[in-house]
Amino acid sequence: MEQSSQTAVLKPPRTSIGVVGWIRNNLFNGMLNSTLTLLTLFLLWQFVPPLFRWAFIDSAWHTTGQACKDAAGACWSVISMNYRFILFGFYPYEEQWRPFLAMLILFGLLFYTRDRTRWKKPLAYAWIIGLFLMGFLMLGGFFGLKPVDSTQWGGLPLTLLLSVFGLTAAYPLGVILALGRRSRMPGIKVLCIIYIELIRGVPLISLLFMSSIILPLFLPEGITINKILRAQVAIIMFTAAYIAEVVRGGLQGMSRGQYEAAESIGLNYYLTMRLVILPQALKIVIPPTVSQLISAFKDTSLVVIIALFDVLKTTQSVLSNPEWMGFSREAYVFLAILYFLGCFSMSNYSRKLEKELSRGD
Amino acid sequence: MNIEKKASEGQMIEFIDVHKWFGEFHVLQGINLSVDRQERIVICGPSGSGKSTLIRCINRLEEHQRGRIVVDGIELTNNIKNIEKIRAEVGMVFQHFNLFPHLTIVQNLSLGPIWVRKVPKKEAEETAMYYLEKVHIAEQARKFPGQLSGGQQQRVAIARSLCMNPKVMLFDEPTSALDPEMIKEVLDVMIELAQEGMTMIVVTHEMGFAKSVAHRVLFMDFGKIVEGNTPEEFFEHPQHERTKLFLSQILH
Repeated sequence: MEQSSQTAVLKPPRTSIGVVGWIRNNLFNGMLNSTLTLLTLFLLWQFVPPLFRWAFIDSAWHTTGQACKDAAGACWSVISMNYRFILFGFYPYEEQWRPFLAMLILFGLLFYTRDRTRWKKPLAYAWIIGLFLMGFLMLGGFFGLKPVDSTQWGGLPLTLLLSVFGLTAAYPLGVILALGRRSRMPGIKVLCIIYIELIRGVPLISLLFMSSIILPLFLPEGITINKILRAQVAIIMFTAAYIAEVVRGGLQGMSRGQYEAAESIGLNYYLTMRLVILPQALKIVIPPTVSQLISAFKDTSLVVIIALFDVLKTTQSVLSNPEWMGFSREAYVFLAILYFLGCFSMSNYSRKLEKELSRGD
Repeated sequence: MNIEKKASEGQMIEFIDVHKWFGEFHVLQGINLSVDRQERIVICGPSGSGKSTLIRCINRLEEHQRGRIVVDGIELTNNIKNIEKIRAEVGMVFQHFNLFPHLTIVQNLSLGPIWVRKVPKKEAEETAMYYLEKVHIAEQARKFPGQLSGGQQQRVAIARSLCMNPKVMLFDEPTSALDPEMIKEVLDVMIELAQEGMTMIVVTHEMGFAKSVAHRVLFMDFGKIVEGNTPEEFFEHPQHERTKLFLSQILH
């Protein structure tokens, strides 16, 4: 006893702990690192203050375009004066509270869903009700709400619509494709391989073009499918093929013993997959899956090429207005922040999920 | 040997001229074997002799290509419903435990009863705790498999099979992957199981275990059952040269 209490008192040498220790160990441990540290500090000193001045001190926050041109710093007015158009596109101006409310519902649901302990039946009902509410709000045509055609949808709601539903639909589809590709039934296996390889062999842009230009050619006269829906389907199909390959990697990482143990207690194929194999395999592939989802989220901006006005396109449109020409830097910084928030929260959430799921390791 | 034969129910397991190939390799070459209810059989033999394949055919983790296998009156064919029915009645313990690492111990045990037998969750967990007591490991119920030692994991694996209330237990080298000091705790559980009258087929090289609980010891080599006898006869008076050689190698 005595000895252990003595050793507990003995502390590591001061130079290896605390802030000083950390700086010594990580920034100044040798010639090379010391030089690099000093160089980095110099560069930071050169660039950060001017950047700060440009962004916050000399900047114009809520002025006309003309006043902006006279200011020395950033022109955030390009955002603040046009935010309604950037966020909502051609959605009728007086009705823009509706997409706003729809987004609030979506964020609320996403925020509430982040906790895995809440993944129960009521939450599924909440999502279904939420989806209908959002749809009604966006479309209108009831309770005195003015109908708004989906061709007028745009901006952030469109980006969110395409990405949130694109990703949530692509993920299960990808899992099914991965299972299909490993199926013992040759027909299913071949179909899945063909699907995955065909879709992966084609850029998303060409899929979007096909969905918007070629598909209507095959449809009979008078029948049109909603353009947003077509883009949505293209994004889902594309993302699912990539998710499928990621998931297949996870499935290959599972040992034969896990299948055998599950089968030997009498679980059928479906239960073996659902209860034993997928929970483990999907956990292994969380990092690459999230990479895939993040890149799909950013790829939704490609819908501009089929003339959908997502948030990237609405921002660009503002820049083509003569009053705001030349402020693309500020506009794109704003967009970058917007996309970063989306991507960063996804990767943050995935890390939290990984931590929660790794209790068993 | 007082084997309680229930003739009306027939044999527990019957192999009739069973053949199996892995590619060109003829791993089972005409196996004939019948196992009574409550009989305990130990199978030994050099590696590659087909003993694991033999017992894995019983719950169709391996498929035989010729001959017939009948388990509890049901013949094993491609009928998936029959296979699932048989698997629910046949417990299996693996060399590498194969516990489900993402589930707690008690979840590992109650998974089969809940989803295959449709037992209510609460009842399944009570059964799980009962069998964990039996393998002397109830205090670990809320842990994950990765937090247990090899011997403990193997005892959990045995309890997991028992939760399905099986009619036969298959053991595929249950102590081969264990550190020496953990072998006894697993064998003790198996001996207790044997004393309760469980039908058991055990692939093992633990000859002490074979002597104390087996009704019959089988020796396999090159895909055939070379000889089978009571443990006394088998160890004292082995008939075949290959059996003698094998015994001399493992008994020193």
